[in-house]
Amino acid sequence: MASISMTVNGREVSGDAEDRTLLVEFLRNNLGLTGTHVGCDTSQCGACVVHVDGEAVKSCTMLAAQAAGSAVTTIEGLAAGGELHPVQKAFHENHGLQCGFCTPGMIMAATDMIRRHGASLDEKTVREELEGNICRCTGYHNIVKSILAAANEMGGAQQAAE
Amino acid sequence: MGAEGIGARIARKEDKRFITGKGRYTDDMVVPGMKHAMFVRSPHAHAKINGIDKSAALAVPGVIDVLDGQQLTEDGIGSLICGWAITSKDGSPMNMGDWRPLATGKVRYVGDAVAIVVADTRAQAREGAEKVEVDYEELPSVTDSTAAIAEGAPQIHENAPGNQIFDWELGDSTTVDAALASAAHITEMDVVNNRLIPNAMEPRAALGHYNSAEDHYTCWTTSQNPHVARLVMSAFYNVAPENKLRVIAPDVGGGFGSKIYIYPEEIVCLWASKRTDVPVKWVADRTESFMCDAHGRDHVSNIKIAFDSENRITAIKVDTLANIGAYMSLFSSATPTYLYATLLSGQYNVANIHANVRTVYTNTAPVDAYRGAGRPEACYLIERAMETAARELGVDPAELRRKNFITEFPHQTPVIMAYDAGDFGASLDAAMQAADYSGFAARKAEAAGRGKLRGIGLSCYIEACGIAPSQAVGSLGAGVGLWESAEVRVNAVGTIEVLTGSHSHGQGHETTFAQLVADRLGVGIDTVSIVHGDTDKVQMGMGTYGSRSGAVGMSAISVALDRVEAKAKKIAAHLLEADEADIVIEGGELKVAGTDKTLPWFQMALAAYTAHNLPEGMEPGLKETAFFDPANFTFPAGCYICEVEVDPDTGVTDVIQFVAADDFGTIINPMIVEGQVHGGVAQGIGQALLEGCAYDPQSGQLLTASYMDYTMPRADDLPSIDVSTTKTESPSNPLGMKGCGEAGAIGSPPAVINAITDAIGNNDLTMPATPQAVWAAING
Repeated sequence: MASISMTVNGREVSGDAEDRTLLVEFLRNNLGLTGTHVGCDTSQCGACVVHVDGEAVKSCTMLAAQAAGSAVTTIEGLAAGGELHPVQKAFHENHGLQCGFCTPGMIMAATDMIRRHGASLDEKTVREELEGNICRCTGYHNIVKSILAAANEMGGAQQAAE
Repeated sequence: MGAEGIGARIARKEDKRFITGKGRYTDDMVVPGMKHAMFVRSPHAHAKINGIDKSAALAVPGVIDVLDGQQLTEDGIGSLICGWAITSKDGSPMNMGDWRPLATGKVRYVGDAVAIVVADTRAQAREGAEKVEVDYEELPSVTDSTAAIAEGAPQIHENAPGNQIFDWELGDSTTVDAALASAAHITEMDVVNNRLIPNAMEPRAALGHYNSAEDHYTCWTTSQNPHVARLVMSAFYNVAPENKLRVIAPDVGGGFGSKIYIYPEEIVCLWASKRTDVPVKWVADRTESFMCDAHGRDHVSNIKIAFDSENRITAIKVDTLANIGAYMSLFSSATPTYLYATLLSGQYNVANIHANVRTVYTNTAPVDAYRGAGRPEACYLIERAMETAARELGVDPAELRRKNFITEFPHQTPVIMAYDAGDFGASLDAAMQAADYSGFAARKAEAAGRGKLRGIGLSCYIEACGIAPSQAVGSLGAGVGLWESAEVRVNAVGTIEVLTGSHSHGQGHETTFAQLVADRLGVGIDTVSIVHGDTDKVQMGMGTYGSRSGAVGMSAISVALDRVEAKAKKIAAHLLEADEADIVIEGGELKVAGTDKTLPWFQMALAAYTAHNLPEGMEPGLKETAFFDPANFTFPAGCYICEVEVDPDTGVTDVIQFVAADDFGTIINPMIVEGQVHGGVAQGIGQALLEGCAYDPQSGQLLTASYMDYTMPRADDLPSIDVSTTKTESPSNPLGMKGCGEAGAIGSPPAVINAITDAIGNNDLTMPATPQAVWAAING
């Protein structure tokens, strides 16, 4: 048992957890942030993707202790000041979700994907980079559409700002 | 239709909680004092239990109790049942073996639950489960259906000799055999429909809470039909009487059939909560889901289609062996019979059909309905055989189908179903146009220039949905009625709550059901709330499966709305001093037709509740209920065309285009309907190319028990999907709806395999058509 401290969604948090506690368990059980989901045991499904120090990480592959001192963003922290993130908005407008279980991981992975590729993101790249996120409802069709729409909007916004 | 009414393509109301991490699934639920459970499961496919030693497990820190099947039996908890009785052709009842929620005496598949360990934390429960020592005496096992009915196969249940559950038939074999004897051509095929594992992304979970002070149970569970769960747990499993059992299915992360059934885990969690006097939560890990969720398909069939000299079908004869697994799951007997053989006429005018179905126990997970449930198996059989027949007869596959289409409705098939409406030519035309069918030869030649084998395949599917008239299914052996209920509550300020027995686990009911109300009353969808998934809130319901929530569930809402409108009009007529027949409801107002007299909707509602000035004798309030029982099934149908390129060097299949043209009748929200087709097609392409459950035939171990071993379709395995619709309305419900949830999974597998076999010129190909299988078929 150790006391672990980190920044989650902009807030300093700490909690006691066994050494074997995974980051996803710490987020869900210690902090009550249940938006991050567990869909498998083998780090395949991607329902647990969060951002650790700005990069997408499967929170089931990382011990909570490894994230000590890091800045973690979960799906609950993505919308800033009550305003939906463009990726969240795009998933809503393009029907990029059905049951919603894979959605937090999809959105967090997509946000990271767009950060890395910007407006140049194309369908082939999106499909390849979604390799680590499984959805059983949508056939990915509208998820791909959502991510491309968000990339377009975010890229366009960047250009306007420059 | 209005901006938010029927036909409006609007984004979903329920999305916000899911995209912000505020969805509430069973695993997210926390009850004060809650403890965690892990099941002890059989590592053997078939074994005798000679004893259970719990002492080491009970010594694990944090372990509260370890409970087994003998204790469960002592407490009077009943066995799991199959809810659809099938009678064999010799008149004998089906041989249903005993399924204890915790096994006693014998285990019959890898994953069979033997005991439950309750502990302070999940990790402690897991440690405890690992320390329960079960003394197993291994028995020979069998996982394959053909091997299970062979002479000398291991006997799985004492009351099912030779492992056979029933030997059932539908149709007239005499006329079929006569037609086969005089046929100009017969196409015959042996076809395997591969076994699948459903894999909803949310693993199953249950939280059982017994409140000893009130002698009352609450169960949060991942269910597609919480009311049926309560009914069955009360009436058959003796967990608690209905009035002392509340079942809540909160947000549920996909079902696809696998969350219809009442499994051992929710029963045992409720019982264990009473035994230990703490709330008990169990959440499946993914390997448990692979092992213990009801699997799908697993048919081995032979089909013969007879044609006359004009290429018209004269008869279809089918013989099928269906693997039911180790126990009969809730609707396992209906899937390979009344949901399967009744659809063997396909879209075609066939005078003579006979099907014989035998079902068999094996040492595998129970098999039950999975997206489509029987109808994909029928469609795959018919549509592969039609494509094969066209090749043998040297005619265009599209034209052979068109020639045999049913064109007049209603149409009575020889296998129970009476198709009520359809236009199969219209969907075939739409799909051929969208796929540029006539340009295929040029594309094939171009691909050949690049060294690729290009193929095109069709599938013209029909399914029976909206399941269905209670009296009809009752006469066929169903243990439940299949109506749906709705309650429409108009509040005093005019806002509306709709309580429905349907359950949404991805289908978007909170939006589409509100759209129906908006369409009828002219109010905004934000003033309408949909309530579902809680037996304490909704009186009764049959749940969501078989693409029934639109055709049956929304029809119940529609009938309740009729009653609300009738009363609202009476109130308005009274207040406006007009004739009731002159009142119209539109744009959120009640108007006197042909005048400028109006009454806002909320004022009418307020009047209903203040009751200061109501028509003579009228009761206050505005709340109406309806139970809708449809007159018939509905019959969604359509045409799918798949075009592939196969790399002859590697056997890799690339799906170049996939076109879906569906007739779903009335559509409420096209965006949601398209999403249903995308998802269904993805599951169908998954079945055709990637997915296959495998057991080791010697040990009975499940080989595909993780995402490392079972190939789920990923984004880069799938193409974008071209979706369009044609429309004939169903006359069997007031909205003209047919249902769209399963079509994609039903229609797509034969289209994919027909395309690959067209490309490679070898029809001997079994799903999943992995690169290895395709390469082998090319290189013979």
